[in-house]
Amino acid sequence: MSDMFKGYKGKALEILKKFKVRVWSEAKIETTRGEFEGIILPRSENDDAKHLVLKLDTGYNIGIAIDSIIEMKEYGYKEAKYKIPEKEFPTSPEKPNIKLFGTGGTIASRLDYRTGAVIPAFSPGELYGAVPELADICNLSTEKLFAVFSENMGPEQYTTLAKAIGKEIEKGIDGIVIGHGTDTMHHTAAALSYMVQNSPVPIVMVGSQRSSDRPSSDAALNLIHSTTAASQADIAEVLVCMFGPTSDEYALLHRGTRVRKMHSSYRSAFRTIGDIPLAMVKRDKITPLREDYNHRRKDKKVDIYPYFEERVTMVYYYPNMNPDIIDAVVEKGYKGIIIAGTGLGHVNKPLYPALERARRAGVAVYMTVQTLWGFVHMNVYETGRDMMSKGVIPAENMLPEVAYIKLGWALGQTGDLDKVKEIMLTPIGGDITEGEPYNGYLVYQGGIPEVEDFIKKFHK
Amino acid sequence: MKNNFSPEHNYINTKKITGYVEKKEATRETYSDLGFKCGHEIHQQLKTKKKLFCRCPAGIYHDPDDFNAEILRHMRPTLSELGEYDGTALMEFKTKKNITYRINNQTACTYDIDDTPPFPLNREALDIAIEVALLLKTNVVGELHITRKQYLDGSIPTGFQRTAIVGIEGEIPLKNKKVRIIQLSIEEESCREVSDIGHERIYTTDRLGIPLIETVTYPDLLTPDEAAEAAHYIRFLTRSTGKVQTGIGAAREDVNVSIDGGTRVEIKGVAHIARIPLLTHNEAFRQKALLEIKKTLNERFPNPAKWKMTHKPVSPNHIIEIPTFIDKKKANRYHWVAVNLPGFKGILSFFTQPGKSFANELSDRLKVIACIEKPNMIHSEPWYMNKKGNTPANLRQEEGFNQALNGHGVDFAAVRKLFKSGDNDAQLILWGPEDDIATAIETIEERCKWAFEGVPNETRKSIADGTTIFERVLPGPNRMYPDTDSPPIPIEEDHIQGIRKILPREVSDCMKQMKKWQIPGDTFCYLLKRNLFPLVEKIVEDFNQSPKFIGSLIGHHLKYIEGQITPSSPFTYDRIYHLVDFIIKKKLKRDILKQMLPVVYQYPNMDFESVLTTIEYKPKSEEDILDSIPVLKEKFSDISNSENESAMIRWVMGQLRPPALGNMRLSELHTKVAAGNGGNDE
Ligand SMILES: [Zn+2]
Repeated sequence: MSDMFKGYKGKALEILKKFKVRVWSEAKIETTRGEFEGIILPRSENDDAKHLVLKLDTGYNIGIAIDSIIEMKEYGYKEAKYKIPEKEFPTSPEKPNIKLFGTGGTIASRLDYRTGAVIPAFSPGELYGAVPELADICNLSTEKLFAVFSENMGPEQYTTLAKAIGKEIEKGIDGIVIGHGTDTMHHTAAALSYMVQNSPVPIVMVGSQRSSDRPSSDAALNLIHSTTAASQADIAEVLVCMFGPTSDEYALLHRGTRVRKMHSSYRSAFRTIGDIPLAMVKRDKITPLREDYNHRRKDKKVDIYPYFEERVTMVYYYPNMNPDIIDAVVEKGYKGIIIAGTGLGHVNKPLYPALERARRAGVAVYMTVQTLWGFVHMNVYETGRDMMSKGVIPAENMLPEVAYIKLGWALGQTGDLDKVKEIMLTPIGGDITEGEPYNGYLVYQGGIPEVEDFIKKFHK
Repeated sequence: MKNNFSPEHNYINTKKITGYVEKKEATRETYSDLGFKCGHEIHQQLKTKKKLFCRCPAGIYHDPDDFNAEILRHMRPTLSELGEYDGTALMEFKTKKNITYRINNQTACTYDIDDTPPFPLNREALDIAIEVALLLKTNVVGELHITRKQYLDGSIPTGFQRTAIVGIEGEIPLKNKKVRIIQLSIEEESCREVSDIGHERIYTTDRLGIPLIETVTYPDLLTPDEAAEAAHYIRFLTRSTGKVQTGIGAAREDVNVSIDGGTRVEIKGVAHIARIPLLTHNEAFRQKALLEIKKTLNERFPNPAKWKMTHKPVSPNHIIEIPTFIDKKKANRYHWVAVNLPGFKGILSFFTQPGKSFANELSDRLKVIACIEKPNMIHSEPWYMNKKGNTPANLRQEEGFNQALNGHGVDFAAVRKLFKSGDNDAQLILWGPEDDIATAIETIEERCKWAFEGVPNETRKSIADGTTIFERVLPGPNRMYPDTDSPPIPIEEDHIQGIRKILPREVSDCMKQMKKWQIPGDTFCYLLKRNLFPLVEKIVEDFNQSPKFIGSLIGHHLKYIEGQITPSSPFTYDRIYHLVDFIIKKKLKRDILKQMLPVVYQYPNMDFESVLTTIEYKPKSEEDILDSIPVLKEKFSDISNSENESAMIRWVMGQLRPPALGNMRLSELHTKVAAGNGGNDE
């Protein structure tokens, strides 16, 4: 019944029932604005109850106001069947075996009428139908671990994913690709960097900034780049593989602990912060940009640490922040707080007593910088030294989100704050670096002649 | 037959078989015999401040070389809403183009290059579209649904055009009939193409995103001239709103043509309505020719499924010499393939369009689908003459292909031997970069197989000479799917009524009124195209002027001036209203308008008094003018031996016209000069 009138509610539903016209039926509709004819489409549940959606013969959709309908007649029925062309994925023993884990991000997809959302294609056969180039790169197998939106990825998913990766590595896989929504990809990348250590193979996270239901999508190329990286890269670390420029040119391999999504919609949204990426990836070539990475190994050994304490939070400081924010967090029983402070790592004085109270309550408090680039330096000003005496620990140049994940992971292993501190301040996967290279901070400013020259010369 | 076959004769003969007649010799019957049917898709840019889905300015153009950045993209087909891949989509994917977009910061933002989702639709544009929808008498939709129409040629960086239906099922009146309208849609403009060579296509993004409306008619137009009439009418109608862009490229037509037994073929991007008649005429006969080819082939192969072409790689130095028109360096990198087409003798040189034969259909597709630049093939039926027996110059220059037909050093006997070809076979040799060869062979085979079925569905590009070339496979409704980035927009009844109140007068009404006013018919097109009817009407009503005079002043006189003079700054037509106002207030006679108009047009900022000075106008009373008649007549007698009375009147009028202009009606003066002749005794 509900399927017969998919997505319609209120008056719209009534009128469909009244004239016995079903979704997917071909109908003639007489209205006060004239006659319309086409296929009745399901309606997105978020749209109003005052209109019907009609697909015309020309392929266009239109809406018809319920109030204008005089008469409706169903004369045919034509339900759409989505099918992504599925072909058997060709395998060969010469090609590396790559496992693709699905978490809910889209790679190839189709549309869902009900929500207007995009439904991913995922089986190797479906992917081969959509991106046949994959067959030249690897033998692909896929596993959908869960289907959640990027923003719903959390500790449960991190640990599940880490364990699944561990199993694949023990079985001897040559590389792992993880499809992931882009919004929180850098959180998951950080989590996996801590939970999966000493991997013998690349673990490559990938997503798309333009959904794959459009011809200009970056999804197919991202998939090609990421499987290429998983198959061929000598870098056995947790990586994020996304567009370097917005052009269809090459991808960058970013360390899971230093990468951040820096634009809400650009294809080239992902950037390594405070350092340089590990490598460039083209369809047929991987160009390392540095050499201090973990190299690929032949063994099947890996360390999995699937721990996470959920009572950890992050506080983004702003002038006039009231101390009761910190108090509230402490009272609610949080065990760890990451502060994103201003400048070199500051908060205002009125917060100090609250920080003191947090320390007494046994809450681990770490300082990071909201400037994203640069180190926390709490010794430069007296206020910083004051804060340290209140138990706030500078987290070097760890990115705030990375510090948040690391603290959750550390507290998941131990309640001993000294041990937590040791874990936090021991660099893992480049989350803390010894210094910042001069080219680790490059936010070029448009308009400046030499920058404009550069932009004109190289594809953006 | 074997030895006597002449491609030239075959071309001429097949042109006869096709029944081709020149456009000027064709009658209504010619077209009804063919079953000619034509419909329009007329695109018109709207005059809005901003683009349709972002806030970049609309209507600013840059030189293609004036850009700040370039972005490289590729297009990949996706599934349609109904879960199918579109035919064009797959073909275009085959072509594997690198698409470069040139961006100028003034006219493009991250939306334009698909790095940001759309901003809410421009309401100014929507209101203009609703206005046109009402003028077309369409049923306006209750809710606007933004739909994505896939374009894999890269002309839009997203890979689809955001478009939405505003109204369906309308009509426009022509002289002798009503033409039905399928729909009016609002959509975003595409990029301008800078170049397309091999696998590299370059676009500039200044035009991209300008609001556009598209009017689609039913195929109700039954002759090429009717097609032009309808195109004019729709142009007049959209212009009558005063809210559309004018100028080069602001309006473009896609013309759909079919004949009985043929297929709907779309001729894209016709910029001048005047070209529509010849283009549609030629397309109708191209389809007729393809149907004749179909007939011939089906006679030769009762079971077309059994037809099979064969191909073999050839070494240019063994089988053929490299044709002289090909760059030797490139030639060495190319792969060369000979193809045998069983039973295709007489088909390759079969007439398709004036100056073109079936072989062009193959070569065009090699260029578009396999991305192999022309010349890209040579064949066994070279012909290179028009009906007068000369090689048309345009063929020699435009199409290296036809030069190739001279067959420099090509020994097709050797090719025939290679395939052990039959007498009725035809052969061709194609060449190109290695990666494109497989597609090239497929393309030839596909097109030849189509020849058995008749007219392939395709879009064709118009050429200035009235012929067309293949552009791409005609896309179907499968390339449409909803835009998940944009919610539907309700169009309320009150809103429509508000727009209805400000609708301009209907074009057909304007025409009727002008006829009634006895404004010369040859001014209508000019007046309506520039939306000048309201101006004529206003002058006529406000100043009680003769419509015939004003209509002709603008429609003949100003039109002529526009062709002769370039204004020093932009000229606006309402200057004419103020000009008429000026001479009436000054009590000048209207004849002076014609004298003033060129100056007014050339210097739009000059005040009218200065215009009078420029034309050396001096106020003079009628008496003063008339007083000088006798003196002038005497003078005429002195300087001329002629006794001819009308010569005398002409001479006197010539002397008096300049001082009389504006001071006295010239017709009146003429009467006086003529009447006064010999009237000294008055
Ligand atoms: Zn823009």
